[in-house]
Amino acid sequence: MNAFEYAAPTTKEQAVGLLADRWGDAEVLAGGTDLLSLMKDYLPTPKRVVNIKDIKELQGIKYSSATGLRLGALATIEELLSNAAVKKEYPALAQAAEGVSSPQIRNAGTIGGDLCQRPRCWYFRSGLGYFPKDDGGKDLIPTGQNEYHAILGNSGPAYFVHPSSLAPALIALDAKARIFGSAGWREVRVEEFFVTPNNDGDRETVLKSNEILGEIILPPAKGIRSATYEVRQKEALDWPLAAAAVALKMSGNTVQSARVVLGHVAPVPWRSQAAEQALGGKAIDENTASEAGSAAVNGARPLSKNGYKVQLARVAAKRALLQAAQGGA
Amino acid sequence: MPKYEWPEKSKRAVLGRRISKSDSPDKVSGRAKYASDVKRPGQLYAKFLRCPHAHAKVVSIDVSAAERMPGVKAVKICEKKGPGSEILWALDEVVGVVAVDERTAEDALQKIVVKYEKLPHLVNEQDLAGAGDRAKPAAEQVTGDPDKAFQEAEVVIEGDYGIPVITHCCLESHGQVVEWEGDNLTVYPSTQNVSGLVGQFAQPLKIPASNVKIRMDHVGGGFGSKFSPDSWGVESAHLSKQAGGKPVKTFLERDAELFVAGVRPSHFARIKLGAKKDGTVTAWEHHSWSTGGPTGGGMAPLPYVLSVPNSRKKHTAVATNTGPQRAWRAPNHPQACWLTFAALDDMAAKLNMDSLDFYLKNIQLAGERADLYRRELLKAAELIEWKKKWHPRGDPAPGHLKRGLGLGFHTWGGRGHASEARLTINPDGSVSVDIGTQDLGVGTRTVIAMVAAETLGLPVSAIKVNIGRAPDYPVSGGSGGSTTVGGVSAATRRAGQNALEELFAKVAPALSAQPSELEAVGGKVQMRDNPAKNLPWRQATARLGVTPLVVSGKNAAAASAADGKLTDQGVGGVQMADVTVDIETGIVKMNKFVAVQDCGLIINEKTAESQVLGSMIMGVCYSLFEERVMDEVTGRPLNANMEFYKLAGIGDIGDFVVHMWKDDPEQDARGVIGLGEPPVIAPGAAIGNAVANAIGVRVPQAPFTPARVLAALEKKGGLSS
Repeated sequence: MNAFEYAAPTTKEQAVGLLADRWGDAEVLAGGTDLLSLMKDYLPTPKRVVNIKDIKELQGIKYSSATGLRLGALATIEELLSNAAVKKEYPALAQAAEGVSSPQIRNAGTIGGDLCQRPRCWYFRSGLGYFPKDDGGKDLIPTGQNEYHAILGNSGPAYFVHPSSLAPALIALDAKARIFGSAGWREVRVEEFFVTPNNDGDRETVLKSNEILGEIILPPAKGIRSATYEVRQKEALDWPLAAAAVALKMSGNTVQSARVVLGHVAPVPWRSQAAEQALGGKAIDENTASEAGSAAVNGARPLSKNGYKVQLARVAAKRALLQAAQGGA
Repeated sequence: MPKYEWPEKSKRAVLGRRISKSDSPDKVSGRAKYASDVKRPGQLYAKFLRCPHAHAKVVSIDVSAAERMPGVKAVKICEKKGPGSEILWALDEVVGVVAVDERTAEDALQKIVVKYEKLPHLVNEQDLAGAGDRAKPAAEQVTGDPDKAFQEAEVVIEGDYGIPVITHCCLESHGQVVEWEGDNLTVYPSTQNVSGLVGQFAQPLKIPASNVKIRMDHVGGGFGSKFSPDSWGVESAHLSKQAGGKPVKTFLERDAELFVAGVRPSHFARIKLGAKKDGTVTAWEHHSWSTGGPTGGGMAPLPYVLSVPNSRKKHTAVATNTGPQRAWRAPNHPQACWLTFAALDDMAAKLNMDSLDFYLKNIQLAGERADLYRRELLKAAELIEWKKKWHPRGDPAPGHLKRGLGLGFHTWGGRGHASEARLTINPDGSVSVDIGTQDLGVGTRTVIAMVAAETLGLPVSAIKVNIGRAPDYPVSGGSGGSTTVGGVSAATRRAGQNALEELFAKVAPALSAQPSELEAVGGKVQMRDNPAKNLPWRQATARLGVTPLVVSGKNAAAASAADGKLTDQGVGGVQMADVTVDIETGIVKMNKFVAVQDCGLIINEKTAESQVLGSMIMGVCYSLFEERVMDEVTGRPLNANMEFYKLAGIGDIGDFVVHMWKDDPEQDARGVIGLGEPPVIAPGAAIGNAVANAIGVRVPQAPFTPARVLAALEKKGGLSS
């Protein structure tokens, strides 16, 4: 890890002032569970690390039935898990947090960090590049070791999957991200927070290098049934192979409207309108859930070694729907 | 000379009891210091620059910028890695740097410029046809008349099976602290071979072996990969010298630990089997191939345990540009066991036979231990409720969760290695045993104390055990091949019996007895036929005057008739797995895993069981999760970390049942036999066969991941929804 300057501002304004005009010069530190391991591998080599953990305004979780849920970007995954309102009103979010299977990461890792973490792609992490290529300039991943890579939105040059555990649930629950920069606050839907990078210097979100993610706002979830289902090979310390979060607005026993979002299948959390449309006006049962699961992976284009993930994503969506129909608010 | 033997079972006070490891409180509390905890005054830190390419020629090396960095104390191009040298695997070390702290050393590595000329590489061997001239076939071996046997066979099956390269994955990585004092070297290593390291450090450093001291209290895993100083150990000693003899600490980073410091060879095979309709196996044929790095990989003992009368065996070693193999717990046996029992299980399925009945039918092929295997199979079957739960291939239950049973069995040697114990009885009654051995966390210290306590008639707590120092303590073998427990227990037993002989000679006059009439039992030295005539231990040892009694006992590596029955070799063992497979996701979950294990006389039932439990955990890991992943195009490792090199957690292992074969007088009479290896052999076979039984189709390659399980189901065109 290269030597760096360390700053620990106590206000968001100071923090933003300490960040740089281009990516790579400064990095934001919160829980540190991702940034430190990246820096140890010399992936980013920032001149300055800005620790935002002391900014009180960005901490905490607040719920009101009238305005909904406000998640400080610095609230930990553990705070999310132990929040009774989250468990009751937003089960998809609570279940997604449960999927972060290491107590250490749950205690240190933050909600903002979960959304801003870098891809777990083993080419990227092994120092082979953000868009790894062979000596002839051809992308390595489509015919390489792509068993954990994208099956959707993978026309290149990005083939990784977005690793966020919480994003699919937040998108299903129609959350908004509030971003703070030198010009003050701006707001985007979490769905639009993520972007597929095209150039080497790009990142995976709409954040600019001198902005910070401040908070996440969820609308009240009255009448919404939601669930997250992750397909993980191991119980312990493992990433999902595929995941799905769903939120259903019910009218009696039938679906009035639905939001279906897949995780770990594309460079961004993948909202499937085809699956959502397949559910409209139907009751959720094994058949309708199965059909929606199949619709969710419409257009999937597996790479050489990840065809199995199409099946896993289909099953994740089906099981999330069945789970939501049985439980939820 | 005493008659060296173990006491009769009815007379054992300590042997066979369940005793917790004496060093567990230290480990749990953090008081135990491993080599990686050592911090010597003025200690420096070494890091190595590693070649990113799988196969390359070193063109030039410029270390000048690193040398100029503040805090850097020494920079050295590694032996045989200068310009013009050939690198054979990615992550091989090229330049070593020593600095005042780890970060400075790491940053200095970034400033070294090495130019390489890339050479053609091969890193993946599963596709033998793609191996070209890297494939080196060995001579075919033929037994009986396989052609005739296959012609006459009523049922013939043929299948492809495989298991990839996995790594040792020691939680304490390889390394040591080295410290010079003039031409004398002290090494604080993490090793399986305390006594053996003396000469291994002396020779390449060109110093007398008598100048080398080894110091180690605990080691955080070795599994067969920690017997030598390793190139980085010797380089560190050179670097330390270059830095003025200051202590230098070197422990491998996780990537090098996983992919350089030891891997287990792969094994792939096309296997053909012939049998009669009644299940009798008559013919075997295989073509196997494997890699263990640049030298290829040897043939596993196929077919495993069962000797098929007519066989043809062909093996091809494939040389790859990957980190070189090291012994991994029971070298080549887990691979052989999985390949053999997968093919046999497929034959049983083809014959529509219950695989338990099929193995019982063929048990005579197991040779001298056939009857033991038969009894162990029946015991394991009882424990896992085989007859109640077994069904033909493909769980007929509705839904996506399918349950299945599978089994495998194994064999291993395990005779005690050459070992010498020095036992001291002090006039105040205190007792110590010195042995230049090591405790790999398996209870070696505790076992030595138990044997000395049993022999001297004392409580275990009365024995002080000193290990982990060389040459201070008598030489004991490296801990490999399951040889330690037999070696140290036989040596300690002999030392104890020898010591008693001398002690009794001093004590006999006080009891008006002959030395031969005495015994040491229950903290007393007493007349065997008249226990009322006795001296408490401390009064007896006071007869030594002012001179401690220091007596040795030796165990020889090879057996001889005069040895008695202190240690022996050759064990069996049977394992059965009960798994559930989610056929929609391909995820395999362990329900229950039964191990029935014989190992001769058991000194400590608790630590013996722990050996089996640890093996079963490792077995679940390599059956379901572990696999080295290399990028074919660049030849670079992709999962040289603990994130994507997957190991089981506590929630992944299911219920374990261990049944030690301890009530069999015939086995007990054989003496002590090592247990470190045998129970790690059969998990792949048991779990792989259970998966096939659950889902109705063979998953031909381990580990049994969702991708492979779903691919097998798709090929079958069946159960998947």
